[in-house]
Amino acid sequence: MLNIILDEQTDAAVLEINSNKLSFTTDSFVVDPIFFPGGDIGKLAIAGTVNDVAVSGAKPKYLSTSFIIEEGFPFKDLEIIVKSMAEEVKKAGIIIVTGDTKVVNRGKCDKVFINTTGVGELPQKYSDIGTGKSIKPGDKIIINGTIADHGMCIMAAREEITFTTDIKSDCACLNHLIKDALNVSDQIKFMRDATRGGLATVLCELAERKNFGIEINEDALPINENVRGMCELLGFDPLYVANEGKVLIVVGKEDAENVLTALKENELGKEAAIIGEVVGEHQGKAWLTTGIGGRRIIDMLAGEQLPRIC
Amino acid sequence: MKYIDEYRDKELVGKLIDQIKKVSKKSIALMEVCGGHTMSIQKFGIPILLPDTIKLISGPGCPVCVSDRKYIDQAIAYARIEDVIITTYGDLIRVPGSTSSLDQEKAKGVDVRIVYSILDALKIAKDNGDKKIVFLGIGFETTAPSSAAGIIKAQMAGIRNFYLFSSHKIMPPAMEALIDEGVKLDGYIAPGHVSTITGIGIYENIPKKFGLGCVISGFEPVDLLKAILMLVIQIENSDQKVENAYTRVVKPEGNIKAQQMLDEVFELRDDWWRGLGVLPKSGLKIREKYNDFDAETQIPVQVEPTREDKGCICGEILKGLKNPKDCGLFAKVCTPSNPVGACMVSHEGSCHAYYKYNRD
Repeated sequence: MLNIILDEQTDAAVLEINSNKLSFTTDSFVVDPIFFPGGDIGKLAIAGTVNDVAVSGAKPKYLSTSFIIEEGFPFKDLEIIVKSMAEEVKKAGIIIVTGDTKVVNRGKCDKVFINTTGVGELPQKYSDIGTGKSIKPGDKIIINGTIADHGMCIMAAREEITFTTDIKSDCACLNHLIKDALNVSDQIKFMRDATRGGLATVLCELAERKNFGIEINEDALPINENVRGMCELLGFDPLYVANEGKVLIVVGKEDAENVLTALKENELGKEAAIIGEVVGEHQGKAWLTTGIGGRRIIDMLAGEQLPRIC
Repeated sequence: MKYIDEYRDKELVGKLIDQIKKVSKKSIALMEVCGGHTMSIQKFGIPILLPDTIKLISGPGCPVCVSDRKYIDQAIAYARIEDVIITTYGDLIRVPGSTSSLDQEKAKGVDVRIVYSILDALKIAKDNGDKKIVFLGIGFETTAPSSAAGIIKAQMAGIRNFYLFSSHKIMPPAMEALIDEGVKLDGYIAPGHVSTITGIGIYENIPKKFGLGCVISGFEPVDLLKAILMLVIQIENSDQKVENAYTRVVKPEGNIKAQQMLDEVFELRDDWWRGLGVLPKSGLKIREKYNDFDAETQIPVQVEPTREDKGCICGEILKGLKNPKDCGLFAKVCTPSNPVGACMVSHEGSCHAYYKYNRD
């Protein structure tokens, strides 16, 4: 693919930007194993950063990629990873404008680590989406599909689990899906991708120290049966398990159905659902109505549920 | 999901709640002995569904919580020995000892490995012939048989570098001690997994000697509500007895093979329980004939003096005398990321369950 900026071969990329606000983010990827059903560390490194930019309301434009590679890492594996990054970048409609590669001695890193940094153009009208400043009671909470797929996929792909499953990571770039949602509503008040710490962590962070509370309906949460089964078996709460292709959207209630319909028309939002709402009560806290009609709080996860999932 | 959804059925739950409300007249306190029950009750938000007449109290059935702090100190002391690898279930790793935890020791470089089964620990022993592998055996009648099986297997396979550090305990002495201590109780929701191994006979003393009802329960909402309903009926009719509400898993005679293994490897000893002190014949000690696998007799170790934390009321909570929210440290000083007592660390601990699901 033609990449004019990279082809200039300058030390620093020179970028054109059409907005006066930038969205800017960086993330490092150390997932273990590096290949897993539904993706690999390369795809994850692109999607993770693209999604962080996109959920701020910005249009992702440029990416940097930086590799730290363990001496002796097979070239063919590197090739697969780079190809998968190229494919993902193409799908997302963005370009990689700068990069770096370092090789370290054996044992100084584990196979390959990748850092990506992303820049996007943020239209003025979306500048509150990242913080959720304009959220108010009555707003609806939407998720674009099943939760906990990525974390359980990685868990199953780890060597210590001796049973096999058909669980696939949900790893994907969400920028087009998010654009679909923004196109049908100017009432989107907040978006966040529910990665490490899962949906519960996003909900807790959203409510924390705010003058509103959150109500979630357990029955409405989309979850694949195989993922639910594995969570039950291993004692994981799917609310806390990582996703890599899920965005939580808070939208004004008049627009909720429109946004839901727009999401469902996209392949990555087929199983989107309204899972709860913003309320005036129990400010600063997220509550769950359980499947049997009981009630409990949703709390922050203490410690790490599973290391090196992204 | 088959075998799960049936027991989380909203309609069935509603019917059980209606029946409980209809039958329950007296104000009663029921204790769920098992930490797994505490977790389910809080996770599904059951208390809010029950009538005001029924109060649920968490009991001493979290093995990590009732274990002596000295046990952690001794495990840490083993871990610090150069050629020792500690193998343990994950729950124990963050439990605070007097001055450190296994987690902190691990960060300093000692070899502590989390395993999902004692068989993984045996494999580590096989693969590391020049090391001593200590497995931290913790748990009630539920997990003790697997420890017994591990020792039998190690002997059969001629693995000589494998040691069990037993903190295994049995449930009935603690259930009786609580009543002796004067904890105000009207009935027990008896542990489902323990009973799967032991059968239902172990609770006979409770109605006979103390006049309290005992209903064995599973871990899903329908299981728990059915057990609560059966207890309420017993109490309202003054017909206290041992009943089994978990018949799909618990057989009256229990798991005979597991019982035989337990008896083969372990004998009873007096043991210390947090909150209850020393209870006669409540702990499981490795029998003389398996002495070669007993960490306590085979690996001499210096253990630092045990220091208990001031202000932590784990003991009172385990006895059901106090609620986690009564503790001055709860959710302020003591949190899952900075636990003061074991009840906040273990996923079956009452403080952890309340912190996670019922903190408001």
